[in-house]
This record gives sequence, structure tokens and C-alpha cells, in this order.
Amino acid sequence: MNLYELTVHELIEKLDNKEITPEEITRSYIDRINEKEKDIKAFVTITEKDAIEKSKNIDRKISKFAGIPIGIKDNICTKGVRTTCSSKMLENFISPYDATVMDKINAQNMITLGKLNMDEFAMGASTEYSYFGATKNPWNLNKVPGGSSGGSAAAVAADMVPWALSSDTGGSVRQPAALCGVVGLKPTYGLVSRYGLVAFASSLDQIGPITKDVEDCANLLNIIAGYDNKDSTSAKLPQKDYTKNLKNGVKGLKIGVPKEFFGEGINEEVKEKIKNTIELYKELGAEVEECSLDIADEALAVYYIIACAEASSNLGRFDGIRYGYRAKNFENLDELFINSRSEGFGAEVKRRIILGTYVLSSGYYDAYYKKAQKVRTFIKQEFEKLFKKYDVLITPTSPTVAYDIGTRSTNPLEMYLADLCTVSVNIVGLPGISIPCGVDKNGLPIGMQIIGKSFGEETILKVAYLAEQKLEFRNKYKPEYK
Amino acid sequence: MSREDYEAIIGLEVHAELSTKTKIFCSCETNFGGKPNTHVCPVCMAMPGALPVLNKKVVEYAVKAGLATNCEIAPYSKNDRKNYFYPDLPKSYQISQFDKPLCVGGKIEIETEHGTKQIGITRIHIEEDAGKLNHDDYGRNSLVDLNRAGVPLIEIVSEPDLRSSKEADTYLKKLKSILQYIEVSDCKMEEGSFRADVNVSVHKKGEAFGTRTEMKNMSSFRSITRAIDYGIQRQIDVVENGGKIEQDTLRWDEVEGRTYVMRSKEDAQDYRYFPEPDLGTIEVSDEWKEEIRKSLPEMPEQRKTRYIEEFKLPEYDSNIIVSSKYLSDFFEVATKVCNNPKSVSNWIMTDIIRVQNEEAVEKMPFSPEQLGQLIVLIDKGTISSSIAKKVFEELLKQPRNPEEIIKEKGWIQISDEGEIKEIVKKILEDNPGSITDYKAGKDRALGFLVGQAMKATKGKANPQLLNKLFLEELKK
Repeated sequence: MNLYELTVHELIEKLDNKEITPEEITRSYIDRINEKEKDIKAFVTITEKDAIEKSKNIDRKISKFAGIPIGIKDNICTKGVRTTCSSKMLENFISPYDATVMDKINAQNMITLGKLNMDEFAMGASTEYSYFGATKNPWNLNKVPGGSSGGSAAAVAADMVPWALSSDTGGSVRQPAALCGVVGLKPTYGLVSRYGLVAFASSLDQIGPITKDVEDCANLLNIIAGYDNKDSTSAKLPQKDYTKNLKNGVKGLKIGVPKEFFGEGINEEVKEKIKNTIELYKELGAEVEECSLDIADEALAVYYIIACAEASSNLGRFDGIRYGYRAKNFENLDELFINSRSEGFGAEVKRRIILGTYVLSSGYYDAYYKKAQKVRTFIKQEFEKLFKKYDVLITPTSPTVAYDIGTRSTNPLEMYLADLCTVSVNIVGLPGISIPCGVDKNGLPIGMQIIGKSFGEETILKVAYLAEQKLEFRNKYKPEYK
Repeated sequence: MSREDYEAIIGLEVHAELSTKTKIFCSCETNFGGKPNTHVCPVCMAMPGALPVLNKKVVEYAVKAGLATNCEIAPYSKNDRKNYFYPDLPKSYQISQFDKPLCVGGKIEIETEHGTKQIGITRIHIEEDAGKLNHDDYGRNSLVDLNRAGVPLIEIVSEPDLRSSKEADTYLKKLKSILQYIEVSDCKMEEGSFRADVNVSVHKKGEAFGTRTEMKNMSSFRSITRAIDYGIQRQIDVVENGGKIEQDTLRWDEVEGRTYVMRSKEDAQDYRYFPEPDLGTIEVSDEWKEEIRKSLPEMPEQRKTRYIEEFKLPEYDSNIIVSSKYLSDFFEVATKVCNNPKSVSNWIMTDIIRVQNEEAVEKMPFSPEQLGQLIVLIDKGTISSSIAKKVFEELLKQPRNPEEIIKEKGWIQISDEGEIKEIVKKILEDNPGSITDYKAGKDRALGFLVGQAMKATKGKANPQLLNKLFLEELKK
């Protein structure tokens, strides 16, 4: 077996037993990247030299994760290595500081393999909106890997990185994880510091892990979670060990299954595989009940209003003045701004900035932004009602499996539907995890989403772990393309 | 119709930089000066991914200002983003407060020729300052300096309660003095830490208010007064000539003494305010508010009362002294040293006011302790008051201990009776004519003789002693 095929906890076991060295692990991944990258196109930047150099001097006493490689989505700031957000705007931008999560990764003495491709500024659901070109799905190179963290999910699925740090604003961790057959977690808003994550929509963004299995996911969450005084929205809570209760089972656990998430627009095979998994939970002693959460349409509308409004303001700083792309030709200040932004941003980013600017403009603010905030409160209340009764909710992660590259990228509305099952979780700030629960008739992975209570990561990880153990997805299925 | 038939309505928006050590959303220094872009970090340079964290001191200072101006303090308020593009605004939005400011509904009292008048304070909110653009000499390039970006400001919006440039000037000076007293801002207009935009409208008495214009870019109290007088007259002229006032934003040109249109109402920017998602609710608990209230120092009104009652200073003098925190503090310290408030007040009202220019009654070259020591020397009889004036001039030129000055210059008063008697005798010998004059009833002759003695001793002789001894000799 190749080292790159192992999970992180398996690698740690071998490191602890002195069977392998950090350098061997890193070299194994670098070789794998060099072999696969031309087909997958998961990376924006590969830090091969630095990674190998660092792997030669790893002090394993520093932490149990010392010497473990990792891939980083290219919207997380890394000092000295460019952070492009897959945009022409930041093609050559090098951050002068590390994101808080990078400080934590570095404190563990882990090894960064490179920066992973994404939809430009995390706006998209297929990674086709990357300035550097689309990432391919390792299960079928003609299919999208999902997005916006398509580079991260594809790299984990294709064993090009053992795990990755990504961001999720409306499903950007969970949806590509589902389409690539890996595990993706969006933590509760405030659990992981956003400092150094290039902001898309500040009230929705969270950094989360994409991993090969649930145990790795819990481990990576252990590393990145925690209060940060540099992020005013980060929560002051005691540190937890998310691996501790993984194996506790689901006996007596109350699972709600909102029927609206299994209705029109959801692929039949997706429904079937998830229902099978839910049956499994029943057999294992969980109390499963159908419930109603009739907010999907509203959630999508609220999401696109709030996310675009915040994005239109957050992306204002890319003005060609201090860093990033500046137009060659301009006659005055207005032209400097307009030309730099017109040339530096891609079509989808511009579409969302225009939408966001519109919903915030005077005369429309009340009808859109303010109303969206009210509906957001309503959606929160709906979730709260359900969580009085249930410990977790289970839904599909994505309405469909991976689709052909190029089939939706020209139809923004259809693309937005990919977020149908995931956005409400961001709107209410709850944690959600996607795990693979089977493949469709074409061998493409299907993702199941488990939604938990606020800061209920332990519970959803436990629920996810159990299904993973029973389904044995990783043993049964491998990306067809190797 | 004439000027007298019109009434002017004036409202002021004051921006005062808070004198916190660090910026409003990061821990960079706020010091004025410093090489361009040296007091900056990822947050105030708006690097991608950087996030603001509200400096608690800023809230405390703003609450202080609110309490000192009799505002209600909102138990919950929030920050909002004001979006616009400009090179000195690194995030392309300013974090400010829109519909839920920290302080609302205050008032301050000013003295006008018609007596005391209350000026309403609509609101006080916190926000961040922008950077500065430096335009180079060749006119092609502008360089951005972000040292000032993120320096905390409070914006203090008055009700349209002011009726003349004089009232506006009095209000501004009062506001400045309050902010200085509570030590939340140094209010240095020349460094831009105290700036005012003016809203002016005119209407015929008895009629509805007119359309207002906003004037910007005034950099001194004098230019604010000039701009208001100009603005009122311009609007009256327009109305008198049958024209209509447009709701424009105007830029004051200090050199030309007139305004130019910066923006018309149609060009008004849509700032697309919305709640700042990176920051939480600003909470001011009752306990915190009371703690801040307790920390408020003695205010000018209270000091004035104390000066009149305890020190028996005239009301006029007390008013002048408390009008500036600097002067008042100067008075307090000097008085503590010499325990002679009346004398300190006299020095302030005459010699100190004289050397201060009208804009900045701020920085004396010497310390209040040194003035106090000078007064002690007079009170002990070590120097005469005429020598004291010379010591004062010396303090202005080269401040040091007054005792050192008089020793160095040999200005110690001659108070030895024997020594003075010798001098008196010498002067009388030299001026027999004056003795005759005096005896003939010309009292002026005594003054002449004393003057001669002073001249001979270079002012050092004790004048009381001189007088006494001359009289004794002349009576012989």
C-alpha cells in the first residue's frame, strides 16, 4: 500500500511506530501530486521544495501531527506563499501574515503541500469559475468536483493531500466533499477563527476540514477550533477533544428527517442511498422521525441576498490601490477603480457584486436586505423548533451527484440550486457534516448531510462515524480514475 | 429686504479624534507624525482576510463625551459599514454607526449676548478616520499614507439650534473645551484632530426654514466663522435675487474667501450602509456607564464656581481661565505652588493672555510651577514686581527656575535698610532741587527721587523701603 492512500490517523500510527518518516510521507504525496496534477488540476500553487525541506527536520515531540502534510484552500492567507483566491485580481498577491488557522497548523509543525484551487473568491459550486482553470473530479474527469472547494475535495479524493483546510459559505466544504466522496465539515459559526480567511460573506463564512474519514475530520477540527481575540465573531468556549466520543454510538439518539429535503429537485438515487443509511441508524437504535422544515426556497433567496450584499462590501478593498491587479490604462481615479475591477474580477464575482450592491442601495435596502435578515431570523426559529425535538437532522448534501463540466457554468440560476441543501445551515450558523454514503449507478459518490445543534460538533461527528464504520465506503469504492 | 429680515439656521457636525493610544480596530499607534505607513498593520491596511476588533477604550471615551454633553447612552448599539471608493479608504468602507449611535439627545449650554442658550446634541457616534493622500509636486502621482487610517473619531452632530457665526464659534469652543477637560481628545485643529462641517440655511423671519447647504474644508475657528458669514450672505443674496438654494455640498476656499460646489444633491453618494458583520453588538451596561460617569473630572462650570467662591476671583476672570483646560490646569498648578490664586489669575489675565495667540491658548514655553515660584519670590519680597516682569520675559525666552534667573542676573531685591539708606542719601545729595520742590509742596518730587533710586539700583531696591526712607529723610 502506498503511503498516500492512508488516512492521517493511520500515518500517525506508522510514524509513532517509527515505520516511516515525515520525509517519506511528504515525498510520497509530492510524487502523487506530480503524477496526478496534470489531470486533476487541484492546485494553484505547489510548495514542493519547501515541503520536502521542512519534512527533513521534523521534531515529532512537538505534536502528534508533526510532519503530517496538508493542503490549504487558496483563500486562506499564508505568509510568503501567494494567496490568489483563484482570481486574476490576486494572481501575484503574497499575504504579509498567516491566517490564525495557519498559525495553528504551523504550531503543530505540519507541512503545507500547496494552495488548492477554488471558484474565484469562493463564489461557485463547481470550481469552474477559477481564473486558473477548472478542477476535475477524480471519480470521472469529465465531471465537476463541486465547489467552491473543488480543489481541496478533489485533492483529498485523489490522495494528493491527506487532508485539507477549506472554507464554507453556503456549502463550499460539504458539497464538493459529497461530489468527491470524502468527508467535509462546516463547523458552527464562531468555532473556528476567520482571521486570515479572505472574506466572501462575513456572517456565513467558516473554515472547515475536508478529510478522508471522520476520525481525521475530528482531529483536524481539534487543531483549528478555538477562540481567537483577532476575530470578534469567534466564540469563547472551552477547548474540546472532538475524537473523544466518536465511538459512542447512536442508541436513543433522535434523528429528524425533514421531508422537504427529499422532494422535487432531489435526484432519486441520492434520496434512496440516504434513506438506506437512515434505516441503518434505526437498526442501530436511533429514533428516526420524519419532520417538516419548509424553508428551502426562502433559504436560497436569503442566502443569495445576504451573501452578495456582504461580498459587494468585502470585495471593495480590491481596488487596484494597495495590492492586487491594477489596470494598465486609466485616465483618472474612477477609471483606475473601474478598469482594475472590471479586468481583475471574473464574471460570476462581478455578477454577485452587482447583485449585492443593488440589494443594499437606498430604496431597495428594505425590500431585500432588511427583509432577508427578517427571514433569516424566521429560519433560525424553525431550526430551533426542530432541535427542541431532535439531536440531529439528516438531509442530502447535494441535490445531485457530480455533473458534466460546462453544463451549468453558463446558467447561474441552475448553479445556485446546487446549494439548495447546504445554505440554510450557514444562514443559521449551525454545524453540518457531509459523509459519503454510496455511489449512483455510474459510480459517482453520494453525500449525506448531518446537521447538528449549535456547537454540537461532537454529536454529528459521532453519527457520521457510525455510518462510516457500517458502510465501509472507503473500502468498497475508490475513484475510478487512479 | 435687508439682512435683518432673515434668520439663519446653523447646525454643526464635529469630528474629533480620540486620544486613545491605539487605533479603533487594531493595536497600531495613533501618534500624529511618524514616517508614512509606519503605524500600520494588516487590519488598518485592509489586507485580505484581516478583521477588525473594537477597541474598548474608544467606547469608553465616546461614552465619556456623551455623558459630558448630557446625552443618553444607548445600552446596545452597533457598527455599520459606509461603502464608497477612495484611495485613502483602504477597505472601501468606513466602519461607522448609522441608525444606532452610542449617544443621543444631549445638550450643552453656551453664553450668548442674549444670555445662556442650550444647544441640542442630536447624536455622538464612533467611527474610524481615513488615511491621507499626499500629492506630489509634479501633479502626476498621489501617495497614500495610512498612518491615520483607523484612528478613532467621534462625530458630534448638533441640532440646528445655532443662529449666527458668533454662536457657532462659541459652541465649538465650548465643545472643544469639554472634550479637552474630559481628556478624550486633544482637539488640535491644526493637526486635524478637531474638524467641523457646517450646515447653513436662511429663511425670512416667520417663514419656514430654507434649504440647507453643507460646507466643508474649514481648518480654523476663524475660517469657520468666515465661511458661515459668507454662506449666510450668499444665500440671502440668492433668495433676494429670486433664486433658489440648492442642497449642495460646498468646499470652502480659505484663500479666496468663498465656496465652490463639491457635490450637488443629484450626485449624492449612496453609501449602502449595512450592519458590520465582523463586529458584535456594542453593550454599555449601567455599571460600566456609572463607572465612566464617576471618572469624569471636574468640569469647567464646576471649576468656575470654585474659583469665584473659594478664591474670590471675579466672574469674568474665572470665565476666561476655565474656557481653556490648558489655562485652567496652568492656573491650578501655579496656585498650588504659591498659594496666591489672585496673583496667578492676574498674571494669566494680563501677561499670559498677552503672549497667547487667539487660536491656540495652549502652550506656554514655561511651566505653571515656574510661574508659581515667581509669585513666591514676589510675595517673599525677594524681588519687586518690576523685576518680576523682567523675570517673566526671561522665562519666555529661556525657561528655567526663576530663582536661578534672579541669581544669575543679580536681580535680588535690596531690602537691607542700611544699604538703602546710603542710596537714599546719595540720591538726595545729587538732587538738591528735588528736596526744595518737595518742601514747596510738590509731591511729584518724591516719585522722581524714588525713580532715580530705582534707576541707580537697576530696579532692585525694595520700593516700599525706598519710599519710607525718602520720606524720613525729607522730613528731617
